[in-house]
Amino acid sequence: MATKKFMFVNRKAPYGTVYALESLEVVLISAAFEQDVSLAFVDDGVYQITKGQDTKGIGQKNFSNTYKALGDYEIKKLYVEKESLEERGLTQDDLMDLVWEDEDDDWAEKPSIIMVNRSEMADVMAEQEVTLSF
Amino acid sequence: MKFTIMINEGPYQHQSSDTALQFARSVLAQGHEIFRVFFYHDGVNNGTRLSVPPADDRLLQKEWSEFSKENNLDLVLCIAAAQRRGIMDESEAERQGLDANNIIEGFRISGLGQLIEGGIEADRTVVFGD
Repeated sequence: MATKKFMFVNRKAPYGTVYALESLEVVLISAAFEQDVSLAFVDDGVYQITKGQDTKGIGQKNFSNTYKALGDYEIKKLYVEKESLEERGLTQDDLMDLVWEDEDDDWAEKPSIIMVNRSEMADVMAEQEVTLSF
Repeated sequence: MKFTIMINEGPYQHQSSDTALQFARSVLAQGHEIFRVFFYHDGVNNGTRLSVPPADDRLLQKEWSEFSKENNLDLVLCIAAAQRRGIMDESEAERQGLDANNIIEGFRISGLGQLIEGGIEADRTVVFGD
C-alpha cells in the first residue's frame, strides 16, 4: 500500500468532548498502515499534551499517557503552535516530555515535540496529502 | 478525481452531514468518483433507521441511504464510534447480546482502517465536522 503524508489536527481540549480521545484512536490505527504521520496541536488542542492531567474529579478517563506511547508507534512528529500556547498562558514547560527512540542512534531518546509558529504550521499543513481535523 | 469523505457530526444537531451530502452530490454530478464515505464521532448517528423528524423536516439518514443505493456508494460507520453510541447492525447486535439493531440500509459497520485506507486510495479526503 502507498505511503502518504497524513496529518491529524487536534483543535479541542482533551475533556469536554470526545474529539481528542477518538482522534487518538485514529492516530494509533494509522500507525498500523505505516504512513508518514504528523500531529498538529493548535487552539485548545494544546491542552491535550499538557502535563499533570488529573481527571479524578470529572469522571472521565485520563488518556494522556497514550501520547507518551506514540513514539513506540513511530509517530514522532508532533507540531505544536507557539501562538496557541501563548494565547492560553502556557509554555513548552507545561507540556509532557514526549520522545521517540532513534534506532539508528543507539536508541537515543529524541524529542517528538516540534515548536512552530502559526505561519510555519501553515507550511507544514500545505505539505500534507491527507489532513484530518478533530 | 477520487474522493473520500469523512463526516464527524450527527444529523440535525450540526449541518455537517447535510453539507457533506450536497458536496457528495456535486462530486458525482461533476463526473468525479467517491471512494468511500466514512462516518465517525457522532457522525455514526447518520446511519440509524429509527429517526423520526417532524413531517416538514428532511430525513437525512434516508437521503444518505437512497443516495448510496442510486450510486452504489460505500458508506461506512466506524465500529468503535457506533458501539459507543448504540448504532448496531444485525450481527453486531447479536455478538453483543442486544435485543435490537437499528442500522439503515446502504450503510455498513467496519473499522477505522477503512478511513486510513480511504485517505490512501483517494486523491482528496474532505472532512465535514465541527
